[in-house]
Amino acid sequence: MHTIKHQKARSLYPTFDRKAPGADVSHYCPGCGHGTVHNLIAEAIDDLGIQDRTIFCSPVGCSVFAYYYFDVGNIQCAHGRAPAVASAIRRTHEEAIVISYQGDGDLAGIGMSQIVHAANRGENITVFFINNAIYGMTGGQMAPTTILGQNTVTTPAGRLAANEGFPVGVAEIINSLQAPVFVERVSLAGPVKVMKARMAIRKALRNQVEKKGFSLVEILSPCPVNWKMTAVESRRWLENNLEPVFPVGNLRDLPKGPFDQVDKKKARISDRKILEILGVGEEEVHTGTVRLKEEQNFKIAGFGGQGVLSTGILLANCAIAEGLKTTWLPSYGAEMRGGTANASINISHETIGSPIVSFPNALMVMNLPSLDAFEDTVRPGGAIYVNSSLAPRKVRREDVTAYHIPASDIANDLGGIQCASVILLTVYALVSGAITIETLQKVIPLAIKRKNLVDLNMRAIEVGIAWHRENCPKEEKTTEV
Amino acid sequence: MGTEESNYSQINPKRCKGCAACVVACPHGCIEIGSEINQMGYQFARFAVRKCIACGMCFYSCPEFGAITVFKKPRKGA
Repeated sequence: MHTIKHQKARSLYPTFDRKAPGADVSHYCPGCGHGTVHNLIAEAIDDLGIQDRTIFCSPVGCSVFAYYYFDVGNIQCAHGRAPAVASAIRRTHEEAIVISYQGDGDLAGIGMSQIVHAANRGENITVFFINNAIYGMTGGQMAPTTILGQNTVTTPAGRLAANEGFPVGVAEIINSLQAPVFVERVSLAGPVKVMKARMAIRKALRNQVEKKGFSLVEILSPCPVNWKMTAVESRRWLENNLEPVFPVGNLRDLPKGPFDQVDKKKARISDRKILEILGVGEEEVHTGTVRLKEEQNFKIAGFGGQGVLSTGILLANCAIAEGLKTTWLPSYGAEMRGGTANASINISHETIGSPIVSFPNALMVMNLPSLDAFEDTVRPGGAIYVNSSLAPRKVRREDVTAYHIPASDIANDLGGIQCASVILLTVYALVSGAITIETLQKVIPLAIKRKNLVDLNMRAIEVGIAWHRENCPKEEKTTEV
Repeated sequence: MGTEESNYSQINPKRCKGCAACVVACPHGCIEIGSEINQMGYQFARFAVRKCIACGMCFYSCPEFGAITVFKKPRKGA
């Protein structure tokens, strides 16, 4: 009987269902180095027995889909931010094996500061840095690691030091820091070099298992398609052109890190202590009297600066104080002040699955564009609270209850237009019963940063109550929501 | 393939993209690119010459997942 000597690693899924159910080929181009490195990492995960506690941070780049291949915990990180995400996982999941897998555009371009600081903190993580001297996914533009004279889409005449600077040696940069324990540069130019890469990858992962500290392996990897050559030619080109600029070899292999990872853990303080330092620990409000008639999917929308986001936070904080489960999800353009902004708030007795509110049952609009934009999304039977000072038209829908409150005008009369949203929120609280006025009154002093405005907002609540008393007949109130 | 007495690499034609990394990696020239074309449109590699020492160079050089599996022959007397 023949015995299997080398086969696909268990840490890779049997099928990769991204393209079609049952598909078992990668999305990588023929001859791409990513697949080789994936295989090596997966084999190391198998052999170290860490599959169940590995968390793999995918980057942005061709390897963004690594989570379709690795049967481990996966997070896809914002461009260049994988080391920051990995650091956070490291500090919250002590037994996790955290892998940050990044390309050169991701790590050496946009994410340079992330990797330098993660390395400088000596985070006990393992970083695999795939250097193919080019931006692969976007079509072969110049990367920080592009070598001098290399033709790319954005350096058609070849990279020129005087114009674009010199190629960045990431392994050397990391090696200039004190904290890392292991820095090595390897290459995929040939089978022997692949085996050396295999050893480095295993060592870098074993370091983390042994809690030694930060390890980085820079892997020179071919990109045949964007280098415009065959897979075999690309390996030769890699050896003849990249390796002289980025010499392969071990730069650092320390028996232990400069600080004990256990000491690092001791330096942390508890959540309770943080609350004490911030002076919010004792002031928590807990009333817990509310029974929701139905889960509240609330959306507030308006101009930036109208208190849209902070009103959302205020509502969410009130819900927390009521002992309810809640989420708050802001959405705003780059312009903040004057741009459009909206926030989604869910309030429920049950655990909330998604913070997104696509079809609210309560909508609060602070201006006309928001009413136009969101009126149709409200679920039948829902309620719309309109700041009629700035949204002069009536709600057209007949299957929802509309409340037209000239909140901005009332707020102006009170002495501060900022409190318009609180007037609307008060009416919402009374109509929906999702939060009580008592809770609102208790939470507002804690939620408002400028303490001189607390009084104004308290008066806004009173005005809101008065408006509700005058405009919402009692019998209608019982049929609301 | 008559591989009873020798080591061999099994190449899955459906997973191979024909990059030939294994062809140049094999120290004994066991693998070649065939003339057939698979469902993805690639001329895939195939194990051709029985001089395999099961070193795994083809396996480790291969950028695909599970395209190559290396089998070792039975030990003598086993």
